[in-house]
Amino acid sequence: MALKTEPFILNVGPQHPSTHGVFRMRVTLDGEVVVDVEPVIGYLHRGIEKLAESRTYTQVIPLTDRLDYLASMTNNFGYVLAVEKLAGIKVPERAEHLRVIMAELMRISSHLMAVGFFLNDLGAMMTPVLYMWREREKIMDLFEMVCGQRLTYNYMRVGGVSHDIPEEFLPALGRFVGEMPRFIDEYEQLLSQNEILLARTKGVGILPRATAINIAASGPVLRASGVKWDIRKADPYSIYERFDFEVPVGMAGDCYDRYWVRIQEMRQSVRIIEQAVNQLPRGEICIKLPKPFRLPSGEVYGHIEAPKGELGFYLVSDNSIAPYRFHVRPPTLINLTALRDMVVGWKIADLIVIFGSIDVCLGEIDR
Amino acid sequence: MTVVLDYEAVARRLSEEFPGSVMESGKSGIVVKSERLRELAGFLRDSSEFEFDYLANLTAVDYLDYFEVVYHLVSLTNNHSLALKVRCTDRDKPVVPSVVDVWRAADFQEREVYDLMGIVFEGHPNLKRLFLWEGFIGHPLRKDYL
Repeated sequence: MALKTEPFILNVGPQHPSTHGVFRMRVTLDGEVVVDVEPVIGYLHRGIEKLAESRTYTQVIPLTDRLDYLASMTNNFGYVLAVEKLAGIKVPERAEHLRVIMAELMRISSHLMAVGFFLNDLGAMMTPVLYMWREREKIMDLFEMVCGQRLTYNYMRVGGVSHDIPEEFLPALGRFVGEMPRFIDEYEQLLSQNEILLARTKGVGILPRATAINIAASGPVLRASGVKWDIRKADPYSIYERFDFEVPVGMAGDCYDRYWVRIQEMRQSVRIIEQAVNQLPRGEICIKLPKPFRLPSGEVYGHIEAPKGELGFYLVSDNSIAPYRFHVRPPTLINLTALRDMVVGWKIADLIVIFGSIDVCLGEIDR
Repeated sequence: MTVVLDYEAVARRLSEEFPGSVMESGKSGIVVKSERLRELAGFLRDSSEFEFDYLANLTAVDYLDYFEVVYHLVSLTNNHSLALKVRCTDRDKPVVPSVVDVWRAADFQEREVYDLMGIVFEGHPNLKRLFLWEGFIGHPLRKDYL
């Protein structure tokens, strides 16, 4: 005899340990199976785009820290690059190298968080996270050395960076770069062939290549679906075309591939940092800007490869000291478009895993 | 390197294909008539010469005289890019056709523009506020909001 069942609506979040911030999902369930999901966002909306319209171009930099707060350096980087692109400013060589070093350290740090918490979502409560945090802590210490901050750095400036590195920075970075490949091996030894991880992630939450492109997914989510698209290679900014690195690409587009791409990207970031340190020239770290700094009239869309995907800044200037319009293209908000495609038909426990594999940051989703 | 297409040349090509659809082209993008947007979007995505399969960014700007919706298109196949724009002058009820059925990437981004700028995207399957709560009055990113 067939049982009569009714769909059941469950609220996941906004206060839930696995939603990585104040994110809420209205999940429609049939028994344990997800039949629909609707993300409800905006709990962290601070109106950063509006705030920026009444701040000078330098005062906007700390606002960008508060977008993706797990990758603040990268947000600084994307913003100042967009301003420099419109103003036609050439940045000193030393500053370019320092920016690349910071951006790649930030990528490692962000991916460590992503992978660690992804394992948390799988039920490996806190142990993998603490392994990852051991290394992330060293990156935080390095950032603290250069700018005195551990989370919101406000380090990049239009035309360079705010501080030169102290003398203890390069030895500490050298130690980190030397030991990091060994630690990544350790993670892989613990995780990559782990039977539970394989069972829970292989073939789960597949995002087909065509869908990934159509929803404009970016970063590891896009590359795990087999699209070789990394803005550092496709549209090189700063000095990325000078470095030798590879773009890891997944095949299946499942949760495992998204995990795997992040692990491999950490290895490539270590390679980039090594090369940047070896080429690091002496000299100026920031150019002198006219005061007050006015951006020439016009508009610009600048984009960079942030750890979570394509981070874009769209600026409209009317030749005043503040932006006329400041828009952020947040990678994870757009990656979330694919959430429904990935989770429908999977169980509620898989929903948590699939959502974790996107690696969202509510700071940049809600702005 | 992503090649930014020569907007004048693209505008000529689009005018050939869809006479009267292009309003102007400058160094910041091509402005097209909003009622022709959907057919142009489909053409730009599917034609082999452009193949704009990736809608990188969608946003809107309030110029007080008119609203401008900006589409930053990228072709992952050909690695070139284009900025497409439409305008609407009616401040009380600005309407622009939705492109969700061409690029689903527009789904959340159109909702965001609707929420903060108050532009209605006709044909969007689920046009609700994205960040602010239902019942919120006004659209904060408009220049006359504060």
